[in-house]
Amino acid sequence: MAVLVPTRRGTPRLGLGPGLVAAARGLAFTGLMLAGLGLLLVVLAAVLLTALGVAMLVIGNGNPAFRVVVALLLLVPGLGIGLYLAPGALLAVRRLTGLTRRLAGRWCGVPIAEPRYSPPPREGRLGYTERLRWLAKDPATRRDLLWVTVNLVAAPMLAAASAAIIGVGLIAFIGPELIKTIPPPAFPGNSAGTLIVLGLAIMSAGVLAAPWLLRGYGLLAGAVLGPAGHAELEHRVRELTQTRTEALDTGAAEIRRIERDLHDGAQARLVAMGMTLDAAGQVIDTNPEAARALLYEARDASVKALAELRDLVRGIHPPVLADRGLADAVQALALDTPLRIHLASDLHGRPPAPVESAAYFAVSELLANVSKHAEARQTWIDIRHSDGMLRIGVTDDGHGGAAPKNPAGGSGLRGIERRLAAFDGVLAISSPPGGPTAVTMEIPCELSSPKTSSC
Amino acid sequence: MRVVIAEDLFLLRDGLTRMLQAHGLEITAAVDNGTDLLAAVAKDQPDVAIVDVRLPPTFTDEGIRAALAARKTAPGLPVLVLSQYVEQLYARELLASGSGGIGYLLKDRVFDSGQFVDAVRRVAAGGTAMDPEVIARLLARNTGNASIGALSPREREVLALMAEGRSNAAIAQRLVITERAVAKHTASIFGKLDLQPSDDDNRRVLAVLAYLGG
Repeated sequence: MAVLVPTRRGTPRLGLGPGLVAAARGLAFTGLMLAGLGLLLVVLAAVLLTALGVAMLVIGNGNPAFRVVVALLLLVPGLGIGLYLAPGALLAVRRLTGLTRRLAGRWCGVPIAEPRYSPPPREGRLGYTERLRWLAKDPATRRDLLWVTVNLVAAPMLAAASAAIIGVGLIAFIGPELIKTIPPPAFPGNSAGTLIVLGLAIMSAGVLAAPWLLRGYGLLAGAVLGPAGHAELEHRVRELTQTRTEALDTGAAEIRRIERDLHDGAQARLVAMGMTLDAAGQVIDTNPEAARALLYEARDASVKALAELRDLVRGIHPPVLADRGLADAVQALALDTPLRIHLASDLHGRPPAPVESAAYFAVSELLANVSKHAEARQTWIDIRHSDGMLRIGVTDDGHGGAAPKNPAGGSGLRGIERRLAAFDGVLAISSPPGGPTAVTMEIPCELSSPKTSSC
Repeated sequence: MRVVIAEDLFLLRDGLTRMLQAHGLEITAAVDNGTDLLAAVAKDQPDVAIVDVRLPPTFTDEGIRAALAARKTAPGLPVLVLSQYVEQLYARELLASGSGGIGYLLKDRVFDSGQFVDAVRRVAAGGTAMDPEVIARLLARNTGNASIGALSPREREVLALMAEGRSNAAIAQRLVITERAVAKHTASIFGKLDLQPSDDDNRRVLAVLAYLGG
């Protein structure tokens, strides 16, 4: 499982700054808990009212007419809330837990993968009961509800605790020294000095504990909110099946293209060369001048065949990439485009050859996009490797508006995404109208140690 | 003229040797790897070394590295690098390794033995021989440059030939115009590109290449 979910553990950073930040973040999580409580109440109200109404009808004794009236009084608001408000509340709960997952990754150092919510039963607008049934049956949504409930306890105990400790130290112990209306705590021997020392001690304890408490909160959230193991594996299998098929398709298409290029290019030229040489051989005794012309023609054909083979090789595996690796190959690419490119790279070693190649062609495609669509003056390329991830950023100061859905530059971006997906790589793009366009690619991989020079 | 050749493919090594010998050049050593090249350069002190880019053991860019190493141990040693493909990146590194006495050509260029031997002699004499493809790509890269855009088609031809490292006389012969016409064109080019004119052929080439970003 550890392979599937990228985790960033290690000791949280301690100290005054990180401690206060962690405490503040804990309070923010507590805010999320309160929002969750509101949503939970809506769902609970629907469930309770409906359940009580049904109970009123089925069990109990007394005047049947009275029972029906009370049941209706319970069922109408219960079903009303259930059908009209609860689905919205459940969707809001999903958003809330989604936010919690992202924040847990960013703030607590516990990245939590998105679970697989079951897709709507059909396209288009769902009916009220349909919508409720779809949401209520979804296991992932149920886990979200479970978290909102657990969070009622977890947030005050873990997330808000550090802020509370700091607050107690500040207000109850140091507060009386600053504001006279606050009564000092009564215990034997409470001089002003001891109070301040005790207050500071309590506050530092809070500050020191805050990052750990926040981490604990994140771990708990991960345990509840993380995708269930088998669901994640199923998802992974689906994903791998798809990317594998796409990778094989791309590979097969590439091979067909190479075959066609060879067939129409170099191969055809070699045939022509053979025929020209044969013709030269036939006339060499009778007409040496014509033979000489034919020989030159054959020579020129060989030059053209070589040029075509060179272009083909460049398209398959660029020589500089083979010789020097990604950074130099991108540098060579930059030298060949009319764009003004600033390249910053920090690679200590080389990624595996297939990753290197995919990354190179992705950058090449992006640069082609930039020069075709963006009207950019400058482009920045940033290549680095950290935390087992090869990260490449390509940013231009063009007019933006590039998006995978945009048919103008879209198919290229989709192609890059597909190619990177074969390595579990991802592509993120930010391209507001008016620019700038920033594309970030991440491919998980390890670097091999740098090759030692041999001469 | 004394030449050392480093080329790992026997057929090409043999062909090069025979072709150069046919043009009256003396081949003091023909080796198939970078280490032997450095030894041969130290021992024979040739006028020029002709080096293939891909050499054993890794068949990547040993030739470039061997050429740069040779020029470090024997400063000013003229080196002509041959390759199946040309890269501006490598052209830059070679040009930066000293002023002049450098060549970087596609292997196809040996098909025209007259021109090829010409390039070998030019490099041996401390000149420059850049492959037309390198120059074409440099020019293509500079299409947006207003000063280059201001050149007439003829001037652009002259610029390309000059960037390859050819002298005025060679350019005149190639374009079938007088040497004086070439001189007029080059003066005009230097004016439009705002470059310092120079009588030294090689310094002139380097200025043009630097201008184009090579």
